[in-house]
Amino acid sequence: MSLTPEQRLEAYHLMRTIRRFEERCAELYSAGDIGGFLHLYIGQEALAAAVKYATRPDDNVITAYRDHGIALAKGLEAGRLMAEMLGRTTGVSKGRGGSMHLADVEKRMWGGWAIVGGHLPLATGLALADDYNGDDRVTICLMGDGSTNIGYFHEALNMAGVWKLPVVWIIENNEYGMGTSVKRASAVEELTEKARAYNMPAKRIDGNDLQGMVQEIGEAVEHVRDPENGPVLFEAVTYRFRGHSMGDPERYRTKEEITEAQRRDPIFLWAEKLIEDGVATQEALDHIGTQVEEEVAAAVKFAKESPLPELEDLYDHVYAD
Amino acid sequence: MPEITLIEAVLQAMDEELARDERVFITGEDVGPRGGVFRATMGLHDKYGGDRVIDSPLSELSIVGIGVGAALAGMRPICEIQFADFIHPAFNQIVNEAARMYYRSDGAWTVPMTIRAPYGGGISGALYHSQSVEALFAHVPGLKVVIPSTPYDAKGLLKSAIRDPNPVLFFEAKKGYRLIKGEVPEGEYTVPIGPAKVSRAGSDLTVYAYGMMHHYVLEAAEIVSREDGVECEVVDIRTLAPLDTETVLASFKKTGKALIVYEDNRFLGYGAEIAALLSDEAFEYMDGPIRRLTGPDVPGVPFSHPMQDFFMPNTSKIVDAIRELAGY
Repeated sequence: MSLTPEQRLEAYHLMRTIRRFEERCAELYSAGDIGGFLHLYIGQEALAAAVKYATRPDDNVITAYRDHGIALAKGLEAGRLMAEMLGRTTGVSKGRGGSMHLADVEKRMWGGWAIVGGHLPLATGLALADDYNGDDRVTICLMGDGSTNIGYFHEALNMAGVWKLPVVWIIENNEYGMGTSVKRASAVEELTEKARAYNMPAKRIDGNDLQGMVQEIGEAVEHVRDPENGPVLFEAVTYRFRGHSMGDPERYRTKEEITEAQRRDPIFLWAEKLIEDGVATQEALDHIGTQVEEEVAAAVKFAKESPLPELEDLYDHVYAD
Repeated sequence: MPEITLIEAVLQAMDEELARDERVFITGEDVGPRGGVFRATMGLHDKYGGDRVIDSPLSELSIVGIGVGAALAGMRPICEIQFADFIHPAFNQIVNEAARMYYRSDGAWTVPMTIRAPYGGGISGALYHSQSVEALFAHVPGLKVVIPSTPYDAKGLLKSAIRDPNPVLFFEAKKGYRLIKGEVPEGEYTVPIGPAKVSRAGSDLTVYAYGMMHHYVLEAAEIVSREDGVECEVVDIRTLAPLDTETVLASFKKTGKALIVYEDNRFLGYGAEIAALLSDEAFEYMDGPIRRLTGPDVPGVPFSHPMQDFFMPNTSKIVDAIRELAGY
């Protein structure tokens, strides 16, 4: 599975959008426009883009709380997402969820989930429904490395394994569960080993290599789409360049470690490849950068100009009729 | 009309809903060929097949979790938790996920899921097979909590629960499964979730109860009527959340005295909310202390017979409590 030149440029546009969206979120957080908890996807953009190109638009995607990148990749509008960050009525859930709970049922983006691992059984359930109805959709369930240590992981993978459900599990191993490194939290350092207990194929992939991931995940998605085959698991090895959330003093890692990791910035790697393959000039890429700057600025403007909810809306949607 | 037991009513409801709606499926531990630990799903696996009556691993949080996921995707799951005591691993899935979904999506997603679990003591189940957990969930907006006390209501309410667009916790009094019998029409009818029911009219005092305790309260009401000439009004709560405050208040305004009976621990139990409601909104009708007859505040229902009997409210304890309140 390979990308057309148009898709390669579009993927660059998407990754730049995610990066800029996150940078603007950080600014808005520091300015007090965004409150609460904010977890940035900076450094991990390639995986969101890979999921977009490795799946069909009607495939299910569900993820944890570091969800801005995947929401953009799933086609949710930047303006409505930014409005959600700011708690505005034009947000994707009218400001009820905020940063960690971005979702859109029409686009089959089943949300960010703020309880670590809690969404894994939901992924199994989404896949069960498709299997039951004979739909050939695949469910992509992303999670952090830390969630592989919680009970949900083991139950959800076991059930998906024993019932052969169409799930592609993707661990985003960014080396730290908050401030605890994988080796201090997991008895096995290669997290793919955990899949063996649930009889599913598993593979470690380079989480900064967009083309490689589109290839690997794309093949797996088509394998899983065949109801005979059952789930697979990936461990995408990546790195987050920012702290766990905005209030992270980052005492658990050194500046040198971060600088070293930034040499493999997925957006930089992708730009190099596009130029090397003659798909784009530096000038063309800079032009995309300018476009992205304008689009994200428009998103911020839209969000800031949108109204806050009326207080009486608080009691809406407690029970469905 | 045929007379059937509480558990036969539960089975009938699921059988009819499986036949009626392809989106309905059941999952839980041993719900398949085994027919469920109490035989609530007996025969359904043979009739509807393993795709619709699905034996799950021993994984309570995931029984509920996949239910939430499947419900989001448009299915109508019935998740069986073998004993209410086992529901706690799924607390996050129920409280943080199912209850909040409609709200967090600003009305875009619903979780049309039913969670069934047998609850309550009196069968020597001891510490981990006897709990009443209704207050833990009735506390949470977004969840509906239903406890039927008759086979008629069990069938009609369970059918409503399965069709409800919201997550419904449906607790069944396991001691009453075969003890409580009643007339149930064959075929289609439903009982709406929401309204409480005045199951016995009276003028001297009101007794509020649900589930197994409602059964005992009716027995006690007949005894005090016969022996003391005290006429109790009995309100069967049926839907604990959201509560039918209108029916609860109307009866109290008529009698001016209230006894609330529940077998859960007393402290912050369901009856505390009813007492608070009466005091807030019907204070001027009050003609005596609002009394509760409940299980004691100990961490579990003990095994040993005399201790279990001490724990559980029963007909004779209810008679004593009614007499005391009537004489006030």
